[in-house]
Amino acid sequence: MSSETRFIDFKSDKQPTWCPGCGDFGTMNGMMKALANTGNDPDNTFVVAGIGCSGKIGTYMHSYALHGVHGRALPVGTGVKMANPDLEVMVAGGDGDGYSIGSGHFIHAVRRNVDMSYVVMDNRIYGLTKGQASPTSREDFETSTTPEGPKQPPVNPLALALSAGGTFIAQSFASDAQRHAELVQEAIEHDGFGFVNVFSPCVTFNDTDTYDYFRDNLTDLAETDHDPSDRDAATDRIMDGNEYQGILYQNEDSVPYHEAHGVTEDMTDIPDGAPENATDLVREFY
Amino acid sequence: MPADFNWAIGGEAGDGIDSTGKIFARALSRAGRHVFTSKDFASRIRGGYTAYKVRTSIEQVESTVDRLDVLIALTQRTVDENIDELHEGSVIIYDGERTSMADLEIPDGMVGMDVPLKSLAEEAGGAIMRNIVALGAACEVTDFPIEHLGSSLEKRFSDKGQSIVENNKTAAELGAEFVAENYEAESSEFEYELETTDEDYVLINGDEAIGMGALAAGCRFYSGYPITPATDVMEYLTGRLERYGGHVVQAEDELSAINMALGAARAGARSMTATSGPGIDLMAETFGLVAQSETPLVICDVMRSGPSTGMPTKQEQGDLNMALFGGHGEIPRFVVAPTTISEAFWKTVEAFNLAEKYQTPVYLIADLEMAVTEQTFPPEAFDMDEVEIDRGKIVDEDEIDEWLDDEGRFRAHAATEDGISPRALPGTTDGAHMSTGLEHNELGRRTEDTEVRVEQVQKRQRKVETAKEREDWSPRAFGNPDSDNLVVSWGSNEGTIVEAMDLMDEDAPDFQFLSVPYLFPRPDLTDAVEEAEQVVVVECNATGQFADVLEHDTLERVDRVNKYNGVGFKADELAEEITEVLQ
Repeated sequence: MSSETRFIDFKSDKQPTWCPGCGDFGTMNGMMKALANTGNDPDNTFVVAGIGCSGKIGTYMHSYALHGVHGRALPVGTGVKMANPDLEVMVAGGDGDGYSIGSGHFIHAVRRNVDMSYVVMDNRIYGLTKGQASPTSREDFETSTTPEGPKQPPVNPLALALSAGGTFIAQSFASDAQRHAELVQEAIEHDGFGFVNVFSPCVTFNDTDTYDYFRDNLTDLAETDHDPSDRDAATDRIMDGNEYQGILYQNEDSVPYHEAHGVTEDMTDIPDGAPENATDLVREFY
Repeated sequence: MPADFNWAIGGEAGDGIDSTGKIFARALSRAGRHVFTSKDFASRIRGGYTAYKVRTSIEQVESTVDRLDVLIALTQRTVDENIDELHEGSVIIYDGERTSMADLEIPDGMVGMDVPLKSLAEEAGGAIMRNIVALGAACEVTDFPIEHLGSSLEKRFSDKGQSIVENNKTAAELGAEFVAENYEAESSEFEYELETTDEDYVLINGDEAIGMGALAAGCRFYSGYPITPATDVMEYLTGRLERYGGHVVQAEDELSAINMALGAARAGARSMTATSGPGIDLMAETFGLVAQSETPLVICDVMRSGPSTGMPTKQEQGDLNMALFGGHGEIPRFVVAPTTISEAFWKTVEAFNLAEKYQTPVYLIADLEMAVTEQTFPPEAFDMDEVEIDRGKIVDEDEIDEWLDDEGRFRAHAATEDGISPRALPGTTDGAHMSTGLEHNELGRRTEDTEVRVEQVQKRQRKVETAKEREDWSPRAFGNPDSDNLVVSWGSNEGTIVEAMDLMDEDAPDFQFLSVPYLFPRPDLTDAVEEAEQVVVVECNATGQFADVLEHDTLERVDRVNKYNGVGFKADELAEEITEVLQ
């Protein structure tokens, strides 16, 4: 099935309830294209999603999937991948799910370097709860719960990932369908944790970080002399306050967690009784 | 001579008390004696009183008693803490060369043996072995053949090199010789002689039994966060699970631990996490998801004193309500509480089977005393040939067709007659499906349809009804079945209560004792309770959580009007329903 899989095979028959124009449509299309382009099919793919507008993605895609609790999608993906390294594991979430309630898991998932991709639909706002500040909202971004703005600096997810030892750090824009799909594909193909922060504008509640804003301000690293293997260069870009799309950093020597820990086969098959030589376990206690 | 002998070593945390106690326990076990140990310890690495007690007999021992026959006291406080347990003729071994012990006063009627533990240890190769010198001295006092101590030392130190083993053996011999030379009369008057047998015994604690049970049951994935007193489960599995192609992950917190375990279970691995009260609180967040997504998962709670941080190194059976009722909403679950250390092995195996057969989370509830107690068992108590594996309704590619709907979509939450749906492991062709913590239809797709909601709630509840019919939830019965008195307990109190029965005066009232390992579903004790004149529930908590449950179960039931389709009551609807119930 793999060779003839098309991106439409990853689409479920459920119509998304995202607002018309939501960046998540483009983000999801790119994910499906990237999965198809990398030879995956719905039966060997496991999508994990959290809570929020982004969390609905598992319903709109067709694959094995779990829609979990808020912020814990990465640990679920980690367990899935460890139990069966043959599966293609893709974790999706939003900026609230990944950088607020799930920020602890984000850092540790990056550190572990589990061989999966993590696509974050970053709209810099809480959409599903109708417009409160998110961890990536600007310092002066006025919302119903932050009438004068959060008055605290936004989280820099790329910097977090780099400092935690990230081996693949990229950023894309939902509206640039081609580049976005390419970058997610690179994240999938990367041997380790492939992280893509996607600018996925919220057309209903965020009138600052809009499609137009990103179109006007985004620099594609592919059109610069940026060398993704140069960690210092990546640090400079990540900290310079500009908006980029492209691969900020990639460590080509990355060894994924399951390989580093000698897990090579799936863990699903077990014997009908106690394992062979189980009596040796008892004898250890003599 | 009483049938059992009680020994302890006490000192400060950091004095190697635990390790020394285990070495002595293993020596006794290797000599074919039964052993039951207990620990008194504080939640700190250094400083603070700590003790390790060993009770030993030729017969199986199931509990500890407040009596000490030989005490190795590394500090004055050790004597003070145990003064009520010592009796006439008890031997106290101490090092009078230690400044703080020079003035130790031996209570009247007891025998003090001043053994230069440190000096003799230095003679053997290093002061670090002073506890081993004391063990040698204890062997001499009790006529316990020192070669068994040597055998235990070999097991403990063989990976550190033969010279370390030999030095330790020398230290033990020096201790024994010192007592033989300086306390010959006292030693020969000592009333206990530790006889040996040719039996081979397994010396194991509750956490290890749970870990071994997990391996026997085919567990392949464990994720956890270290916490007293559950850490030993994780430490036991680390390295061993890998031998079977599995893996242990130390997660960043318990939130992550249970979610990783959930992920591995969804991918098809037998999967488990273990924690204690504070971790269970965090895991409660994901517990509902495990149940709602119908994921088989074993969640072990090794209880300690709560609430909050409570007393991390002390005993309590305080989490029963949490296990039975914890989590928002209404969640079908199984709750199993092994009643002995060997049962901890079997109930762990059973927990994995229940989880997969009914696609439900299973709480495996142990407690601190069970977790840290080392006890001997004949190897047959862990007969691996008796281990049975039942993975439930996993469907393969040949069977999946009958579970696809008209449009070829897999019905992962099909509302079957017995409530159990087919399970397609990821990778199975045509099995791709969604699962979610949201209410969902049989495809796993979100729904708020009132009829589907009711159908799915009933389907999940039906699994419990099916399990009640198919499985044996009997309590373990002891004592006089015809007695008018009934004593009920759950969890690790079983052995202690059984021994307490023996210790009670002959003219004390007799009773039947029911030890309950299954807390949900649980045995229906209505008849037993109604037939008894007096019912007593024994449990290690303040409010009597199981007593509440038992009273609830045996009450005459109220009639119930329930609604759970997502819409609140309406006045006309209630008028009709209440009328119907009351007529």
